[in-house]
Amino acid sequence: MIEIRNLTRRFDEVLAVDDVSLTVPTGQIAALVGTSGSGKTTLLRMINRLVKPSAGQVLIDGEDTADQPAHLLRRRIGYAIQGHGLFPHQSVARNIATVPRLLGWPRDRIAARVDELLTLFQLDPAAYRDRMPQDLSGGQQQRVGVARALAARPDLLLMDEPFGALDPVIRAQAQEDLRAVQRRLGTTVILVTHDMDEAIRLGDRIAVMDQGRLVQYAPPAEILTAPASDFVRDLIGDKQRPFYLLSLSQVDALRSPGHASGAPIPPEASLRDALAECLWRGAEALPVAGGGIVTLAALRAAARPEAGTA
Amino acid sequence: MTGRILLALAGIGLLAFLVQPQAFAPLFQPFTRNGAPAIYTQTPLLALTLSHLALVALAVLASTIVALALAVLVTRPAGREFLPLARTITSVGQTFPPVAVLALAVPLMGFGTGPTLLALFLYGLLPVFENALAGLTGLPAPVREAARGMGLTARQRLWQIELPLALPVILTGMRLTAVISLGTATIGSTVAARTLGEVIIAGLLSGNTAFVLQGGLIVGILAVMIHEGFQRAERIAARRAGAA
Repeated sequence: MIEIRNLTRRFDEVLAVDDVSLTVPTGQIAALVGTSGSGKTTLLRMINRLVKPSAGQVLIDGEDTADQPAHLLRRRIGYAIQGHGLFPHQSVARNIATVPRLLGWPRDRIAARVDELLTLFQLDPAAYRDRMPQDLSGGQQQRVGVARALAARPDLLLMDEPFGALDPVIRAQAQEDLRAVQRRLGTTVILVTHDMDEAIRLGDRIAVMDQGRLVQYAPPAEILTAPASDFVRDLIGDKQRPFYLLSLSQVDALRSPGHASGAPIPPEASLRDALAECLWRGAEALPVAGGGIVTLAALRAAARPEAGTA
Repeated sequence: MTGRILLALAGIGLLAFLVQPQAFAPLFQPFTRNGAPAIYTQTPLLALTLSHLALVALAVLASTIVALALAVLVTRPAGREFLPLARTITSVGQTFPPVAVLALAVPLMGFGTGPTLLALFLYGLLPVFENALAGLTGLPAPVREAARGMGLTARQRLWQIELPLALPVILTGMRLTAVISLGTATIGSTVAARTLGEVIIAGLLSGNTAFVLQGGLIVGILAVMIHEGFQRAERIAARRAGAA
């Protein structure tokens, strides 16, 4: 569990981060969103002390991180950034091995870990281990960057716009992969993004920041249906609201008895995908794989906050 | 490819000339007058070349060590305020004429290798310093940020990330210094350092163009070869540093 208590950072007279407190339970993803200059990146960088807090504490599993030298703290915390920051003069394997090497792991344990991570991120170890970063595609570089951040099984993974440099198709794939890997490893993640879509897709909870203050910290459905201020409402935007809301639930939740024609939709598909499918087919209902249907009327009802889909 | 062949031929020619200078006497004969000797024999040319090269190597090594240390110092947070001072020192070293350094150093250090070494050392600081500075400050920001964020200490960042990535640019600075020093070293013979300048000066004093020519040619060919050698090393280093 990560506890941020009254964290503050002052740059000269400006309060970049103003008395922010929030808790991220173990194994969850917290997404920090806000406009540029809202202090979200500064908040993130205070957690691994790339920025020194002016006041406040960061606790990992109840332990105050200020008691530890910064470089030792950082070896416990994974860090993945926009533009990956891979070391261009080191092979993929050596990049991934950075923190384990700093921690003095034995050679064979490092090699085994590198291969394990490459496999986890769908890169064949034999083919990719000895490649240089610049010989990889953008998506592969980004995956290696995340693998490197996870190499020493960190308590916490910090990500600063990790998918910002990727094109939309690869980005969606990378987000899905991160979600899958994070579920599997049970890693706690704090992720900075300016993209509300990404925050909703990935975050178990979303922290909205504005001018250094934490405006709202809640699960995505609550952020969408009960925004704490006009700022949060503006950040979500009114054009995407129903679709965001639908993307949070699965078809399984709206399954009702009945029959419909056409190809069935998988029960774990999002309601947003189901709506898209309905509109495209011009159908009033879709069959769900494994029995039952989902109706357009039910989807329409689920797209409005009064329906209480959360 | 033709460049490489020409270079190899020049190298072989130079080596043959240094080992068997008398065999080349007919080539230089037309440049002599009144039956003067065509080949300089006061000191063996091979010995002069070796001591010339040793002097240059020593000077480049000293310049590199000091300039690199300065560049590392001024790129650390604690040393940042020394940047203007370091710039001044290295610039003055380059603008102050080596001849003047010799003239000033001889009364203090006496005749011989010492003053020449000092002059070359001062003259060679600037290229290495400026290049090392550019290399160390020019790292991509995400690489720098990642290295800190991963938990590398300042020293580990310097040795494992910054210096290896700056190496190609540092080698470029060393190349400039080496080539400049190779030519400049000849004036060391005016204060009795054993360099190829001895041949040139003897030629000038006795009006023997053949001597001037052979001294100049040896220095020239050496300069081209050293230039090539460094460029090759730079390319290898650049590839290792991940330049596409």
